[in-house]
Amino acid sequence: MNDTSTTDRPGPSPAGPPREQGATSPENRRGVLDVLARFQGVLVPIVALLVAFAIGAALIRLQGVNPAFAYTTLFRDALLTESGLLRTLQKATPLILSGLAVVIGLRVGLFNIGAQGQLLWGAIGAAYVGVHLAGAPAVVILPAALLAGIACGAVWAGIAGLLKAYRGVHEVISTIMLNSVAAGVIDWLVSFPLKEPGQSIPRSSAIDPAAELSNLGFVPVGFVVALALAGLIAWILRRTTAGFRFDTVGANRDAAHYAGIRIPLVVTAAMCASGALAGLGGAIETLGVVGRYETGSSAGLGFDGITIALLARANPLATIPAALLVGVLRSGAAGLQFETGIQPEVVDVLLAVTLLLVSIPVLARVLFGRRARDGVSLTSGWGS
Amino acid sequence: MGFVRANRTGLAVALAVVVAAYVAYAVDGTLTSSLLGFAWSFAVPLVLAALVGVLGERSGVINIGIEGQMLGSAFVAFFAAALSGSMLLGALAGMGTGLLLGAFLAWTTVKWRMDQIIAGVVLNIVATGLTSFFYVQGFTLPQVMPSIEVPLLSSIPLFGPVFFTGGPFSLFAIVAVLVIWFGLFHTRWGLRTRAVGEHPHAADTAGVDVVRLRLLNVTLAGLLAGAAGAYLSMEASSTFERGFTAGRGFLALAIMIFGAWHPGKAMLAALFFGLMSGAAAQLQASRVVDIPEQFVNLLPYVLTLVVLAVAAGRVRPPAAAGEPFVKGDA
Repeated sequence: MNDTSTTDRPGPSPAGPPREQGATSPENRRGVLDVLARFQGVLVPIVALLVAFAIGAALIRLQGVNPAFAYTTLFRDALLTESGLLRTLQKATPLILSGLAVVIGLRVGLFNIGAQGQLLWGAIGAAYVGVHLAGAPAVVILPAALLAGIACGAVWAGIAGLLKAYRGVHEVISTIMLNSVAAGVIDWLVSFPLKEPGQSIPRSSAIDPAAELSNLGFVPVGFVVALALAGLIAWILRRTTAGFRFDTVGANRDAAHYAGIRIPLVVTAAMCASGALAGLGGAIETLGVVGRYETGSSAGLGFDGITIALLARANPLATIPAALLVGVLRSGAAGLQFETGIQPEVVDVLLAVTLLLVSIPVLARVLFGRRARDGVSLTSGWGS
Repeated sequence: MGFVRANRTGLAVALAVVVAAYVAYAVDGTLTSSLLGFAWSFAVPLVLAALVGVLGERSGVINIGIEGQMLGSAFVAFFAAALSGSMLLGALAGMGTGLLLGAFLAWTTVKWRMDQIIAGVVLNIVATGLTSFFYVQGFTLPQVMPSIEVPLLSSIPLFGPVFFTGGPFSLFAIVAVLVIWFGLFHTRWGLRTRAVGEHPHAADTAGVDVVRLRLLNVTLAGLLAGAAGAYLSMEASSTFERGFTAGRGFLALAIMIFGAWHPGKAMLAALFFGLMSGAAAQLQASRVVDIPEQFVNLLPYVLTLVVLAVAAGRVRPPAAAGEPFVKGDA
């Protein structure tokens, strides 16, 4: 997580240089704090996570279960069996991608909280191609299905991008509305036109086996793709002109405007890229895990993407550990419920507390005092 | 007469709406009453929630966390009432939770100057996480919310039974609209609030404590979000479920924008949303047109997008909405 150099922006209140501490503070303590403060991007989330686990332990205790046993069960179930590990990585894959989707937006100052809807479109798009191109060889049907997922996600996010760029509609409202619309329209699609014949539950037919994404041992192919994309996006954001434009628009719209960057274009492009990533996440979920589109099968993946992006402080590479963490918790929660009866929603509490502590600037200030840096990147207000 | 001259268009529209309503009432009384009743029960939480947004933004704080504030309050109100057996206690607990969550947003954004949008979204995620973990099935409210008839007003044909007969929270919504309307535009507090939302540094120079006023307004607005949540779980229904608010906090923001950050216009906008949804549901139920059920439920969301696409460029938000205030950093 080498996020320090890339995510620091000149915000409205930049953290001041380390100032003189009071005379009571011993010299060596200051030195240690200075060193630790340099790694606060990593340390703050870890401390937040520990606090969250402590609170979670209290909740588990309240339900009459030994917290140590509960946590061991959760982690053993998610990590120590081959099937558990596969499931964890399968869960982490769309999470990395939806996390990246939110990260791309944040870098431009857009808060795409619609990764959920874009992901659903990606899932149904891939399912449609996977069913209707049945019989085609794998080299045709697999890329076609993935591309369909990417395109569906990009188009759906593009609506919000256009509304933002040309009509000044704030993306937080438009994407959350588009989430509901996507869920409703897709539910109708798999209830009627795309429904599996003779089925009573709303779901599509199974995709052609040639379109399935396989696993290499316990590593799903999709996971490798997600890792590669995280690296690619980190590189694009840091080393290319497009990445520079994105960051400039995100850091200072006026400066970007004077520099001749066409902001509406960058905003729309960023939303489309964001949606494409989320759509790919949905497509991989269809092709690699579910094997069809089923209502409710990808619930919550897009919303976890928000948590992941904020935990990662809008750093693409840091989405990998953040997504793995969420993947482990989500994957182990099922076993936890099976063995102890604790509801899997305990994971939501753990994540919520972690996110809260990471994003409100209090924890960093308690830990590092004046050396604390302000939190994540900045979003935009109405109509700008 | 100054009031009439200043609000000529608004009054003309209001008069036209009232006349149209009574014409419809004369043509088909039951249908009109039930449609208007549906529209108002749809609109109540949106009106209250839109007022939360109005109060926040008029003082310069964007509140994306209304959804979470409503969800948390609906949850606490329902379970407090169900466990204690007292509706009053439930209602108070719900509004108290709203106040607490309002204070949370106020302190994070105003005091600690956290990004307002991110703070609101975090609030939503936290509220969703906590309510879905603590949610338990199988509880019921001790009784239904008592219905109150406002003397005189409730005997107005058509409007009386719809607006002036009902549970405490729907009546509270009307009172809240009137109070905030008057307060914002005719009191010292309102002038200061608007100054703080438009140009905090000018207000600061004139001696207004910007930070204190923002903290106060955003926190008190939480009370209204609490009322909206308690209305949903105690008055409009007698139940709570995971994800109960279903995006109403965001619809409310669209209504706030559509209503140009004005309490009265926001109420009309919310009623418009309610009427459209009611009409669509009516058309679908009576099989006049064959629209799939899924699409009828989507209407408020699509309407929001269309309304925003048209309105967002035409109305002007308070100039300082979304910007943290740093004293002396003009």
